[in-house]
Amino acid sequence: MTAADSASPIDLLRTMRLIREAELRLAQLFADGEVPGFIHLSVGQEGVAAGVCTALGPADTLASNHRGHGHALAKGLDLERFFLEIMGKVEGMCKGRGGSMHVADAAVGMLGANGIVGAGLPIAVGSALAHQVKRNGAVAAVFFGDGALAEGAMHESFNLASIWRLPVLFVCENNGWSEFSPTSRQLAADPCALALSHRIEARSIDGNDVLAVHDVTRTLVAEIRSGGGPRFLECRTTRVRGHFEGDPQKYRDAADAARSDDDPIGRLERRLASEGVPAAEIKAAERDAVARVDAAVARARTGTAPAFGDALRDVYANTEVRP
Amino acid sequence: MSEVRFGQAINRALADAMAADDSVVVFGEDIAAPGGPFGVTRGLLDRFGPDRVRDTPISEAAIVGAAVGAAMSGLKPVVEIMFMDFVTLSMDALVNQAAKARFMFGGQYALPMVVRLPHGGGINAGPQHSQCLEAWLAHVPGLKVVCPATVADAYALTRAAIADPDPVIVVENKSLYALKGELPEPLPSAAIGKADVARPGRDATIATYGAMRAVALDAAGLLAKDGIEADVIDLRSLQPWDEAAVLASLARTHRLVIVHEAVEAFGVGAEIAARMADIGFDELDGPIVRVGAPFMPVPFAKELEAHYRPDASRIAEAVRRTLA
Repeated sequence: MTAADSASPIDLLRTMRLIREAELRLAQLFADGEVPGFIHLSVGQEGVAAGVCTALGPADTLASNHRGHGHALAKGLDLERFFLEIMGKVEGMCKGRGGSMHVADAAVGMLGANGIVGAGLPIAVGSALAHQVKRNGAVAAVFFGDGALAEGAMHESFNLASIWRLPVLFVCENNGWSEFSPTSRQLAADPCALALSHRIEARSIDGNDVLAVHDVTRTLVAEIRSGGGPRFLECRTTRVRGHFEGDPQKYRDAADAARSDDDPIGRLERRLASEGVPAAEIKAAERDAVARVDAAVARARTGTAPAFGDALRDVYANTEVRP
Repeated sequence: MSEVRFGQAINRALADAMAADDSVVVFGEDIAAPGGPFGVTRGLLDRFGPDRVRDTPISEAAIVGAAVGAAMSGLKPVVEIMFMDFVTLSMDALVNQAAKARFMFGGQYALPMVVRLPHGGGINAGPQHSQCLEAWLAHVPGLKVVCPATVADAYALTRAAIADPDPVIVVENKSLYALKGELPEPLPSAAIGKADVARPGRDATIATYGAMRAVALDAAGLLAKDGIEADVIDLRSLQPWDEAAVLASLARTHRLVIVHEAVEAFGVGAEIAARMADIGFDELDGPIVRVGAPFMPVPFAKELEAHYRPDASRIAEAVRRTLA
């Protein structure tokens, strides 16, 4: 799938299904020891990734965060090289150097997931600066969670983007949790009020309504592209799983995690069915996602472990590092 | 050949790089309309316009973070952090982002960005406007660190930093900005990682960089009166540093003193000493001695700061120790 400015409801369903299937498969691979390190899954938040990224064009750039698998896939990352990377293989898009928290693909303008909360904001601001200087009409977008709103980099980025009227879309995925703590105990401000106080126009929407996310993003991106300066979009959503895989979530009420009526995929499927879309077409989105993920995982399992000497050569472009 | 000041040579390097390549942009606090706190960027706004020469808010994290994003998206940003002390506020962008992007993204992204950091004491600027923190940055894989000591190198190393495909920190000693020297024609070039023999000598090696080059040369003058000829090596680049040049000098002199204005403990000198104690062990005929600042914040008062910074007599004394 490629990001192409606008997507049909069935395209959005297919994108969300692909992300969901990839995430659930990663959970299994992690539990089975096939994925090393630690991973943060976006199950329940697929509507935001799919709705936003399909409203961006191929020349638009995207910075992401630690919960970035969905953003990356929705922006068009190659699925096989995505699994190869997260499983630590040299054929991965980052040659097995980054893993889950650093998936990136220059070919689709994906500037990288990021292990540092809030770090993507100034990077997106800089990318937007490049678009503005080059007058290439592109937009930079950045995903971050509600937790990142407590970072100083947020304020500096909002301020700089606003003062320079940079073409940047700030997307806050508010899932109510800053790692192990509820946002109510973490953030004194209303997210949109933070943006508005920097003279950035802000919208808050139901992030689990993928059609709304997509439509609103298209509007905001058009405004940004026509020189309107930065925009802020708060997408209220649900973190179904833990902060990281294996998180026992003792801090969390079970009912909070199991709000199945909020699931963005189920909601879109029910809506499509009510509008007369054949059940077979709806089911095909899931079946195709499973088949694609099956094939990608099978390929990733045949991947090669990276060689240490090759890794050493990419610390610098042209300077040798002593082993 | 013309005589210019150190700061003007950097200005010329910035202007020449901008004229040669439209993707070079310059931003930082008060660098555009005001021309920079030390006048280094004066005139760039008028010549290259407000798109490419920008004053930023006082936002050190965003300045360097934006440089990372801009470099990943096709620009060659040259940013200034007004005093090196303030780079403490930019460390995520430098250490976690800029330094690692090429590596952790598997070589997909180049980060041709330059961060200019005025460091050093000597102007009674006190504990938060005088530090030499270059060892922190040289410790981070993925960053390069250069530190010019002469007018010609101010030009050459700035151009080399901008031309480099990796993030380069240009450390500029504030006390050198007014230094006058020759800027030769044709304009000089320099390779990052190559040292310079500032003064040849057979008796002891003094390896140094930045503002301490001139002080080390003064020390060499003192020693010469007693018939001791010091070989003064100007490192010019700290990461990578010219191990071969220091080793070659040590092979001639068999004595080594390392001098920097930065705090002595855990510094650049410690790294050089450790390497030479390893690969240069057979050449050594005396202890390796470091001369740096004591383990304390940079003090404000004139008398205190004068005592804090290494001077020629301390360096000469250290050389005599290695010869004793």
